[in-house]
Amino acid sequence: MTFINYASREINCKIVYYGPGLCGKTTNLQYIFDSTAPQARGKLISLATETDRTLFFDFMPLELGTVRGFKTRFHLYTVPGQVFYDASRKLILKGVDGVVFVADSQEERMDANIESLYNLEENLKSQGYDLMKIPYVCSSISEISIMLLQSMI
Amino acid sequence: MADTPILLREQQYHQIKAVLARLRMDASAKVVFLVDKDGQEIASLGEVGNLDTTSLASLAAGNVAATGGMAALIGEKEFPTLSHEGEKESIHISVIGRLLLVVVFDDRSSLGLVKLRSKQVSHQLATMFDEIASNDFDDLDSPFAGITDEDIDSLFS
Repeated sequence: MTFINYASREINCKIVYYGPGLCGKTTNLQYIFDSTAPQARGKLISLATETDRTLFFDFMPLELGTVRGFKTRFHLYTVPGQVFYDASRKLILKGVDGVVFVADSQEERMDANIESLYNLEENLKSQGYDLMKIPYVCSSISEISIMLLQSMI
Repeated sequence: MADTPILLREQQYHQIKAVLARLRMDASAKVVFLVDKDGQEIASLGEVGNLDTTSLASLAAGNVAATGGMAALIGEKEFPTLSHEGEKESIHISVIGRLLLVVVFDDRSSLGLVKLRSKQVSHQLATMFDEIASNDFDDLDSPFAGITDEDIDSLFS
């Protein structure tokens, strides 16, 4: 849910990175963190296991300048991709404004991509959202993966 | 969509800050935050200094969401308060409808005092937010109304 603060003239949006385990959601966030100016971003918080697998979420605030006098701030979250963390994924989708689906470009992970996409649709529905209506981006290093996944929805 | 947006008028924002200021004083707290359940910071007050309030708001919401999930699994609606006591600094979180009242305190205060004072202002904040939820914002220009594709492209250029 977009939070608009008229007093401080700020718009805050919540973007969630979704996708199967080990597809690169945290890496995406890490890349954004590494390639943005320190004054435009906050800390990258990672709630991960000792083996660096996301346990609950990664979080990073990112400022992108002003639009019509309103400072725009994006709160970027990732979800844990492993199947058994479904309860956590549902919680993180609360109040989401946009979803980036990160697909694994390896051919043998296509089934995992599809399963995760259906899981996203289901979890969005449980929070009162519709995947067909919410701003949604599909990302992968392979064009074919994206085309195949887009044909699924 | 799941929830209606929270739209605060400036006067209401200052009223909330006044309630938080009183709570901070009465509870001898270091910092007091009001956060929504999605992790968006609504207001903060106190010795913020170098404290990363954005991350703290997000983690507080994640914490409440996780314990809320556990509550649901054992048949509870939610756990209305959460406390974390450290060696020097502690945090107390109260769930007030869609809001989380987060109080950071040290050994100048005590958990009992913070709990008591938080409970006292909870009713007041709940009433204020009921009023805010019933606000009619038809007269307010949406900041999204005048935004063009060029405005958005310029953010990424």
